[in-house]
Amino acid sequence: MLSLESITKTTQDWLLAKFSPQIALTIECVIVILLAITLFAVLGLVLVLLERKVAARIQIRLGPNRVGPGGIFQTAADTLKLIMKEGLTPDTADKFLFNLAPFVVMMVAMLLLAPIAFAKNFQIWDINIGVLYISSISSLSVIGILMAGWASNNKYSLLGAMRSGAQIVSYELSAGFAVLTIVVLTGSLQISEIVASQENGWWLFKGHIPVVIAFVLYIIAVTAETNRAPFDLAEAESELTAGFHTEYSGMKFALFFLAEYINIFIVCTIGATLFLGGWMPLHIGHWEGFNHIMDFIPSSVWFMGKTFFLIFLIMWFRWTFPRLRVDQLLNLEWKYLLPISLFNLLLVTVIAIMGWHF
Amino acid sequence: MYNQTEIIKDTTNLGPEGELVVNMGPQHPATHGVLHLVVTLNGETIKKIEPHLGYIHRSIEKMCESLTYRQFIYVTSRMDYLSSHINNTACALLVEKGMQIEVPERAKVVRTILNELTRIASHELWIGAMAMDLGAFTPFFYAFREREMITDIMEETCGARLTMNYIVPGGLMYDIHPDFQTKVKAFVKQFKEKVTEYEDLVTGNVIFQSRTKGVGVLTAEDAISYGCSGPVARASGVSCDIRKIAPYDAYDRVEFDEIVETAGDSFARYIVRVKEMNQSIHIIEQLIDNIPEGDFVGKTKNVLKLAKGEFYQRVETARGELGVYIVSEGGTTPYRIKFRSPGFSNLSVLDHIAKGSKIGDLMATMGTLDLVIPDIDR
Amino acid sequence: MTNEEIKEYITAHAPEAIFDETGEWLNIAVESNHLKPLAAVLHGQPMQMDYLFCLTCVDYKTHLTMVYHLTSSTNRNINIVLKANVDRADPVIETVCDIWRTAEMLEREVFEMFGVEFLHHPDLRKLILEEDFKGYPLRKDFEDPINMIKL
Repeated sequence: MLSLESITKTTQDWLLAKFSPQIALTIECVIVILLAITLFAVLGLVLVLLERKVAARIQIRLGPNRVGPGGIFQTAADTLKLIMKEGLTPDTADKFLFNLAPFVVMMVAMLLLAPIAFAKNFQIWDINIGVLYISSISSLSVIGILMAGWASNNKYSLLGAMRSGAQIVSYELSAGFAVLTIVVLTGSLQISEIVASQENGWWLFKGHIPVVIAFVLYIIAVTAETNRAPFDLAEAESELTAGFHTEYSGMKFALFFLAEYINIFIVCTIGATLFLGGWMPLHIGHWEGFNHIMDFIPSSVWFMGKTFFLIFLIMWFRWTFPRLRVDQLLNLEWKYLLPISLFNLLLVTVIAIMGWHF
Repeated sequence: MYNQTEIIKDTTNLGPEGELVVNMGPQHPATHGVLHLVVTLNGETIKKIEPHLGYIHRSIEKMCESLTYRQFIYVTSRMDYLSSHINNTACALLVEKGMQIEVPERAKVVRTILNELTRIASHELWIGAMAMDLGAFTPFFYAFREREMITDIMEETCGARLTMNYIVPGGLMYDIHPDFQTKVKAFVKQFKEKVTEYEDLVTGNVIFQSRTKGVGVLTAEDAISYGCSGPVARASGVSCDIRKIAPYDAYDRVEFDEIVETAGDSFARYIVRVKEMNQSIHIIEQLIDNIPEGDFVGKTKNVLKLAKGEFYQRVETARGELGVYIVSEGGTTPYRIKFRSPGFSNLSVLDHIAKGSKIGDLMATMGTLDLVIPDIDR
Repeated sequence: MTNEEIKEYITAHAPEAIFDETGEWLNIAVESNHLKPLAAVLHGQPMQMDYLFCLTCVDYKTHLTMVYHLTSSTNRNINIVLKANVDRADPVIETVCDIWRTAEMLEREVFEMFGVEFLHHPDLRKLILEEDFKGYPLRKDFEDPINMIKL
């Protein structure tokens, strides 16, 4: 069966046979960068279209349906439009920071791609502190947003950026604690080991109620971290027109837009990896027959299926809930989610020490 | 330009205590049109709101001074474009009162039905727009599904979907469309089924409730002092329904409740409007099967002339009390006309009730005041 | 309260008031400097005319007339129209916005449209027109050669 693993292995063997190890590594790096950029472009197109279709379905309308069959080329056409548009820089803006900000946001999203296991043995960088790496890098995205808000020299942008700063910094905590519950259960920070530990069942099912709570907390926290409704205060368009990216146009705006979707994708992949077993097929204990059938579905399909399920969940939130107010948002985190997270972590630690999980 | 709050171009020069002056509007997604609010902020907290009007002022009052009593009704459709039928009714009633024109029963009943349909359509749009202000997009489309049926009915009967101009002094311009009754009944049936969807999606939503409960509280005394009317005043416990106080058309023969809530917050204003839609449906149900046969327009002279004197007519639009005040010198045109628009008074209370709250609360408060800018500017 | 009682009550407080019952509602005309005290009397007990639902001005070419439509929130069937003539060349009248808060915005509108100056108004600025607009558009002699309003 053709799997991603065999493709990577063949490529590497071929490269090593032809070139010296250093050159082979360089070529591999170039291939990886190209693939990452392609993935970003494709994801941007797919996720935007998906969002519009999901929204349309929820809102009893059709959504894009003119460009291409079923409107599948709509986002491509939109991208073309955005590329052709002039990227305005306001006169009074801090030009350097203003132009840098979208790239910072984008770069952070790209860096997060490194330790994610897309399929069995298909991972760019299996770093032994994978989860820690993700937590630390993802908190950098706030810098790009603050930069954009400040450099725009626009009051709406500034308000949006300040909101975003407060929000991301607060919700980082809950997300971090939710991630930690799995680390405590697995005893490892490495992504590949976390996935391997779920061979006989996903943590969501193995870990009793505390892990379910952690999963819910994680979904809430990352929705807030990625500035998605109902936590989209940073760009609350009925209050702040467009928040931190009010002044951006053309491709620079598109980068923010793309980064938002990439971030959603990444947090969903992490959620899938930690709670839903990553690329691991659905295995139930010792049901050998069942497990064997599940193994026939390629690991990449499992991974993408889980990720897109979570993405759909986050999109569903956006089109159902109204937006929270800024003080309610912070109250929710500091008064409810954080104490629950702390207590939940304690519970999980007890479960892990006593070995009560399956 | 403005001597108190300048439109600050240089952001480095903030207010005396580091206050931020933000121009909300005239182009802003939440001001629904061209309302311009100069908002003074301290962080996220609102210190002062100052409305600047006039971006859509068409000097309707001056214009009406040179229009005849048949013509000036058409201009009023453009005031509160969401209640254009009711505006037309107010003007027609005033001319009828001034000239003692007898209106046929058929016209009265049809006018009442159309007025209530307009009220429902207006509240539907309001629910959608208000939910959108709070960041929920989906209710907008649900509300528009039913509103679309009303606009279709209007289109069939009046020939227009927004500015109907269907009501003329003496009755109606044309007779109703033969399908009118079946279409309205179909609408009533669908509305009754689907209204629970908004309840599920909006009313019971925890976030929606926490965003609106206790936000923008308007006390009954303030509502009276600021001259608020319509759902805004009724949510504060002030009974002010003109349909009850001074019934016009067929309102004296239908049975309906005046919805009065006492909380006075944004949620109460929301509830009042939702319940009012149900009452409107109730009114339509009573009348739709009992449209009397006969003429649709009474006998009027070709040239309308009001007697010398002053006339005032009040009606209840979707937003509150619309008053038309005409000073007549006995000619074919009004000497002076004044429209007491509900939105104008409701807007004046905004600064008072939104001061000290957060920007997000301003959206909830402003949304529930249901401002229509052409109605305020006239 | 019947119209007769209202008239009696008002005459007791403002003896010079002129009544006119030809219209739908009772009209009371007073001198402009007596308007404010009378308004305060009407707003208080027992009349309780606490709802000012319409405030406007009419240009009669010889003079301007301020028109206040009042009603009571407890008894909406009583309606009173209060009128006061003001000089056209130098229109000055006391503000009523400390009695009815709604008058603040309505008086600003009258100020820019008719040029009536309201004494002791807290914030008498133009509301609708631009700040450098010349003339009073709703006066009868207003001519605007650029934006023609006459039809």
